[in-house]
Amino acid sequence: MSEKSGGDIFLRGVWEENPVLIQILGLCPTLAVTNTVENAVAMALATAFVLVGSSGLVSLVRRIIPDQVRISAYILIIATFVTVVDLLMAAVAPSASKALGPFVPLIVVNCMILGRAEAFASKNPFFPSILDAAGTSSGFAVALLMMGGVRELLGSGSLLGLHVLPGSWEPWVIMILPPGGFLTLGVILMGLSWWWRRGQKADETARPRRWPHGVREPEERAA
Amino acid sequence: MSGGGPAGTGGGAEAGTGGGAGREGGGGMPVQPSSSRLVGTLGLLSVVAGVAIVLVHAWAQPRIEAHQREELRLAIEEVLGEPQRYETRWIRDGRLLDSLPAGADSSAASPVYAGFDANGRLVGYAIPGQKAGYQDVVRLIFGYDPDAGKVLGMKVLESKETPGLGAKITSDSAFIHGFDGVEAPIEGVKHPARDAHQVDMITGATISSTTVISIINDRLEAVGPVLSKAGTRTATAAGSPGADAPRTAAAAGPGPRAAGPGQGGGER
Amino acid sequence: MGDLTRIFVAAALVNNFVLAYFVGLCPFFGVSKEVPTALRMGGAVTFVMVLTAAAVSFLNAYVLPVAPYLRLISYIVVIASLVQIVEMVVRKVSPALFRALGIFLPLITTNCAILYLALFQYARGYDFLEGMAFSFGAGAGFTLALVLMASIRQRSETASVPAIAREMGLAMIIAASLSLAFMGFAGLFSSVA
Repeated sequence: MSEKSGGDIFLRGVWEENPVLIQILGLCPTLAVTNTVENAVAMALATAFVLVGSSGLVSLVRRIIPDQVRISAYILIIATFVTVVDLLMAAVAPSASKALGPFVPLIVVNCMILGRAEAFASKNPFFPSILDAAGTSSGFAVALLMMGGVRELLGSGSLLGLHVLPGSWEPWVIMILPPGGFLTLGVILMGLSWWWRRGQKADETARPRRWPHGVREPEERAA
Repeated sequence: MSGGGPAGTGGGAEAGTGGGAGREGGGGMPVQPSSSRLVGTLGLLSVVAGVAIVLVHAWAQPRIEAHQREELRLAIEEVLGEPQRYETRWIRDGRLLDSLPAGADSSAASPVYAGFDANGRLVGYAIPGQKAGYQDVVRLIFGYDPDAGKVLGMKVLESKETPGLGAKITSDSAFIHGFDGVEAPIEGVKHPARDAHQVDMITGATISSTTVISIINDRLEAVGPVLSKAGTRTATAAGSPGADAPRTAAAAGPGPRAAGPGQGGGER
Repeated sequence: MGDLTRIFVAAALVNNFVLAYFVGLCPFFGVSKEVPTALRMGGAVTFVMVLTAAAVSFLNAYVLPVAPYLRLISYIVVIASLVQIVEMVVRKVSPALFRALGIFLPLITTNCAILYLALFQYARGYDFLEGMAFSFGAGAGFTLALVLMASIRQRSETASVPAIAREMGLAMIIAASLSLAFMGFAGLFSSVA
């Protein structure tokens, strides 16, 4: 891969390698805290804090950490950032902290954070690592907002607590319950898949699809 | 440095396994760092991490506790009809205590909050309780006047019941205020209440409503006699310097979210 | 004893970790292609969960009251160490099983279900026995969800599925149906006085 510009690094995390929609990582928070847009925003911010902070720190100490213990070191760094953000949230935004509940500490096992540290921050200088982390965080935020927007709108008739749909609209309560989370993400993924395949039909040199880990290549592509 | 303790040991153990066995971690490096280097790096990292956490915790913890106290104060005011202030009492082994003896096991005692009006007279006790509901645990607090034997009010603090149905126990004001003035044992019914023991349950949320009622019944069965026996005690007037209007340094009632270490409560 | 049964069944069915609490989703979607693999993963996860619950109840009782802000880090360290130990033990005791599990074992470390179990156990204030019932139930429920998902996906391999829904899209819809079905377990232990 040739040297990428900062903008490329950033945008890659948002679209091409979107952690949720393309790489299928970080599913737990994506489904669990997107029943309202407010919760989705809070989670996106908390995750961004941890991702950017830990990627930055990992990049700074990458030459000091011996190879054998790097995973433990990264986890330690990430867990520290998560503990810090958990405390900060409880202190300055208690209602958001309560709404997100145990999912703030669970940020520590969000595969995308360890993934970025291992795949990029451990091998790249400070500023590109920050950009990469910022891009991935933004991609995560995009996915969360899409989910949150759809689920809150259909499930409560509101967005960010403001009633958008008329009072006569009977909310689809299922959308803010677990099945609704799976359903919404499934529809979004199918929509994206349709979008990609449309592109491939028209243009054979389209960007190759990144298949998430553990998923087999399909036997045939759309004819 | 307690921050370095568990993390350092865990890191050290993993470093030992990784470095000593030398299987996965080796990579392409011809010379492996010594075990002491591995342990040292992780140890240093742990110390830095520990310090960072301790600093942030020191800054954040007072604010967190202030939020919890405020939340508790608001809940108590709601269920006791806006008392002037409140004090924490403890029920242990069937007795009502003003405070837990230092070092006592606070898990064996349950807190209740005595509310006093402007004249220093006991308005009632705010009693917390919880139980498994339809979906998950329901946590609530209710006010109780032991003299009159009446419930003064009820507030659900935490619930994960079905939105639109069971979740109405937090928002349906007709249901919530149906508890004002009822007498134990409370009976849930599906029509407007006809006597002082009945509460009209929420349509379509029978189980969640029943959960609320049974929490109150269970708690009153457990602590009602203790509180009645204690009688109408007036506030400990000259007692604690901290027993002021709750807006200032409030009594250290343990918050609903037991985040801190298990310190014995009682007023400061 | 009734309490322990209730905790077990609630963790397995009513509040299934995967289908109601949204944890353990990475292995749920990644490992649920074939039933035997799903069973093995479920077994491994249950094993780690039970050991974690034991370790965590020890930590909660003796270590953490002193330094509560170290909760997260100490849980992570414990989980990572346990997985490492389980990996070494399985490798010695049953090399065949070790090969079958492959990369799944180390992945359990980042499995949010284990950490969620630890956090939840603390939040509910479970003691040792309750923690045991809880972790067995959670592991059983996780295995059940995984196996159900695997059986359905195995069947759907031979079904004709629209191209856009292949792999993840269909998996999500199946998960939605399973989650909906499991909602029927709510109210299993209603507190009708």
